Amino acid sequence: MNVTGNIYGINGPIVTILGNPGFKMAEMVYVGKNRLVGEVIGLRKDRTVIQVFEETTGLKPGELVEGEGKALSVTLAPGILTNIFDGIERPLKAVAEVGGAFIPKGVNVDSLDQERLWDTTLCVAEGDRVYPGTVIAKVPETQAITHKVMVPPDLHGVVTRVVPDGKYTIQDTLVVLKEDDGREIPLTMTQQWPIRIPRPVNKRFPADRPLVTGQRILDTLFPIAKGGTAALPGGFGTGKTMTQHQLAKWCDADIIIYIGCGERGNEMTNVLEEFSELVDPKSGNLLMDRTALIANTSNMPVAAREASIYTGITLAEYYRDMGYHVAIMADSTSRWAEALRELSGRLEEMPAEEGFPAYLASRLSAFYERAGYVENLNGSDGSVTIIGAVSPQGGDFSEPVTQNTKRFVRCFLALDKSLAYARHYPAINWLTSYTEYLNDLAPWYNSHVGPNFVYCRNQLLNLLTTESHLNEIVKLIGSDVLPDDQKLVLEIARVIRLGFLQQNAFHPEDTFVPMEKQLKMMETILYLYNKCKALIEMNMPMALLREQGIFEKIIAIKYEVGNKELYKFDQYRDMIDEFHRKIMETNA
Amino acid sequence: MAIEYLGLSEINGPLIAVEGVQDGFYEEMVEFTVGGNKKKLGRIVEINEDKAVIQVFESTDEMSLNNTHTRLTGHPMEIGLSEEILGRTFNGLGEPIDGLGKITPECMRDVNGLPLNPCMREYPRNYIRTGISAIDGLTTLIRGQKLPIFSGNGLPHDQLAAQIVEQASLGEDSGEEFAVVFAAMGVKYDVAEFFRRTFEESGASSHVTMFLNLSNDPVVERLITPKVALTAAEYLAFEKNMHILVILTDMTSFAEAMREVSSLKGEIPSRKGYPGYLYSELAALYERAGIVKGSRGSVTQIPILTMPNDDITHPIPDLTGYITEGQIVLERSLHQKNIYPPINVLPSLSRLMKDGIGAQFTREDHQDVANQLFSSYARVGEARDLTSVIGEYELSEVDKKYLKFGTAFEQEFVGQAPGENRTIEETLDIGWRLLHILPREELDRIDTKILDKYYQ
Repeated sequence: MNVTGNIYGINGPIVTILGNPGFKMAEMVYVGKNRLVGEVIGLRKDRTVIQVFEETTGLKPGELVEGEGKALSVTLAPGILTNIFDGIERPLKAVAEVGGAFIPKGVNVDSLDQERLWDTTLCVAEGDRVYPGTVIAKVPETQAITHKVMVPPDLHGVVTRVVPDGKYTIQDTLVVLKEDDGREIPLTMTQQWPIRIPRPVNKRFPADRPLVTGQRILDTLFPIAKGGTAALPGGFGTGKTMTQHQLAKWCDADIIIYIGCGERGNEMTNVLEEFSELVDPKSGNLLMDRTALIANTSNMPVAAREASIYTGITLAEYYRDMGYHVAIMADSTSRWAEALRELSGRLEEMPAEEGFPAYLASRLSAFYERAGYVENLNGSDGSVTIIGAVSPQGGDFSEPVTQNTKRFVRCFLALDKSLAYARHYPAINWLTSYTEYLNDLAPWYNSHVGPNFVYCRNQLLNLLTTESHLNEIVKLIGSDVLPDDQKLVLEIARVIRLGFLQQNAFHPEDTFVPMEKQLKMMETILYLYNKCKALIEMNMPMALLREQGIFEKIIAIKYEVGNKELYKFDQYRDMIDEFHRKIMETNA
Repeated sequence: MAIEYLGLSEINGPLIAVEGVQDGFYEEMVEFTVGGNKKKLGRIVEINEDKAVIQVFESTDEMSLNNTHTRLTGHPMEIGLSEEILGRTFNGLGEPIDGLGKITPECMRDVNGLPLNPCMREYPRNYIRTGISAIDGLTTLIRGQKLPIFSGNGLPHDQLAAQIVEQASLGEDSGEEFAVVFAAMGVKYDVAEFFRRTFEESGASSHVTMFLNLSNDPVVERLITPKVALTAAEYLAFEKNMHILVILTDMTSFAEAMREVSSLKGEIPSRKGYPGYLYSELAALYERAGIVKGSRGSVTQIPILTMPNDDITHPIPDLTGYITEGQIVLERSLHQKNIYPPINVLPSLSRLMKDGIGAQFTREDHQDVANQLFSSYARVGEARDLTSVIGEYELSEVDKKYLKFGTAFEQEFVGQAPGENRTIEETLDIGWRLLHILPREELDRIDTKILDKYYQ
């Protein structure tokens, strides 16, 4: 029999029960006659505190609160991909069928389709010994992804019965397992897992493989490792969401979990529409086939916004356990932190910095530590990469969420207002961003892209840093008085900014650029720099070099050379040689 | 007959407490009878067993702990709606104040609304021509968008909003049903009167519904005014298939009212004394813009907010910018140069613009021209900074051209006569004319093919 209690007080999403009816911490509860979903978040001798994931308008004191007996969990089974859920894994399409355009209160729908029949291929035989994580069946969930049905992490034993291959729903028993103590347990495709507890793994590996994104400034200057963590802070209008969309579209993860946490409804609609049409260039399948969306938009209940981040990462860990590389886009973690603040305020907790609760840092770290490149229980490798957008108040990076996030991520991609104002996208500032993964990834770059990749990357960053020093002088006295070698640095830095760092997300070729082309582009720019430097050393004036229009031609490479036309780079090398020869001939 | 409770246990500004309440629920409307005849309305904002904290929408003057009867209405705040609301004027709670009597409601609606399911939204793509170059060209307004005007006291935001309404409503597709819902929260009488007169003069007033909470009206009423207005807007858009433009002014007063009430309730403040739920409350309003699948109507929002001390990082504009799909920022220094509308294009942005412009909607070169104007105008700022240090005479030739471009851009592209209604072609052509001031190699944001076609 489940524990029950009666509502005493209601304050926004927080409901209190007088006395101690015996609820457990983090237990899932149903509140009131509409059976709103809630979670126990505080227990005292005289009072139980519950946060409710739905609007509490209309709730009355005295109504019944019923415990579910287990922690707030998500359902894990085929049907997650291509779906769009709210913060507590209610499928929004099914909700729309029940409730129409607006989300009604207390709507009760199953997280995943219980009726749908899946083509199932069994992978175990009677008498097999299975362990936590052992794959018992395979289901083609979408064109792109095979869903592996696994033994839950807390079970092991001998298979006593197996159904033949065929079509099954997610509730049908596929395998019966006999535990060592003789208990027989039927296994279906479905697992339940509490969202606030990380799914177990065997061990973690160091991050030594990059998440290839096709975005030049990321892959080259500030790479993220598979299983790594990155923060993407920026004021409004700096392009956080655009960058997240680009990553979700083009990064080489197998699965994308996109969490729209307290963000705009229209943006989620856009992702849904666009991903259902776009084709993944590598596999030829729809991008939506590898994506699950979690949309708890800013006007949806605040407690569910808090939960949405955990729901997302639990789904990600589940696919990681199958041996996939999963990337999570969390847009935005600040909204989640604000949800914590809002609930903390309602609970009348003592606020720390800027009204945020003191446990903000520990919650953030616990979230980011769920990322990693791991060996799963079943021996396969998988990873969860977290890329979290941060929306600092007033665009000021000294606020608590950005500062605390910085402590727990290893890649910091600072978006810059002035770059965004000049419509330089992606507006990632190359001077304030950093990555700690470069040294870990260097061996991979050496063997997979080219031995000079890291060298070129460092050269580029050097030139950009020098440019920023020179700009300090230019701001004071103008660029005309600089010596020619410094003018050359400014010119090359301009080529790097416009021709390399700036990337057009709406251009069919430029939206995704393979690593090989990125390296060739860098080599060409540096080749031009060295040739020009040689000319300047022979006292050729900078104005003369500019007249030839070679810089503009190099800037245009990103549009002129297709991603599959890398042979054209030889022509550019010849063009630079020709430019050098011509200047030498006419002016020497 | 519902139970009436006699007496109150506490009065604290607009908040009162009643004990012994049975069966009350969160956000329920209550009716007070003061001194036997005077009626007032309130809303339960907190309830603990039998003790309810109630927010009174009018002033609590004359109420005493003994002379007040409280009656629970059994429903949340609702308003009656029908198509008759067009052309009418209401107070902040949705009661008629134009002396034309009550409307006959076709249905009652909970003003709190419900969150719109993201997978039932239609992604907005149709642009609205406003006839204002800085908006049409650089921060295009899209039907179903929420695009606030960030302004300061003394800047012509009202004039701009009125012009947008006037010119958008009289656009080429005026065949479709179009209406305006206007919500004033704590604005001066003159401002409300300005809008009323402008709508009247343009002949639009039969398509305008006004909800007025003026600056001397009760503060608590202000909290409900935008919800009432948006409920009316949603009704007209999604049930009557009309295109609705909602003007909300001034969002700053709304947020101030929230702070006032929150502090009275003794809540823990977060930034600058505003309650922690300011973001959620603002979002609950702004997110009510959009287009719903299966309906031909749309709700487009143009909230106006005055930035305290012209500070864009103040919590109100800051949180708004994180929710809305862009912003139009007015700039005092442009206003002082007598440029109308004084839009600073650099921090202005329309997030939905990219999908609503281009060959199918406006013109093929639109995105490129916009990018180039933004980028070149950003460069103007650098040239101006340099000028203030070394003087114009010392500038390089290119920088001098940028200075010239900057002035011309502000005067001719951003600036236009009040009431001037430019077509999108005119706007883009002015853009090209200005870009001709700059040498071709400086135009690095434009595709070579487009440059060949338009830059001779």
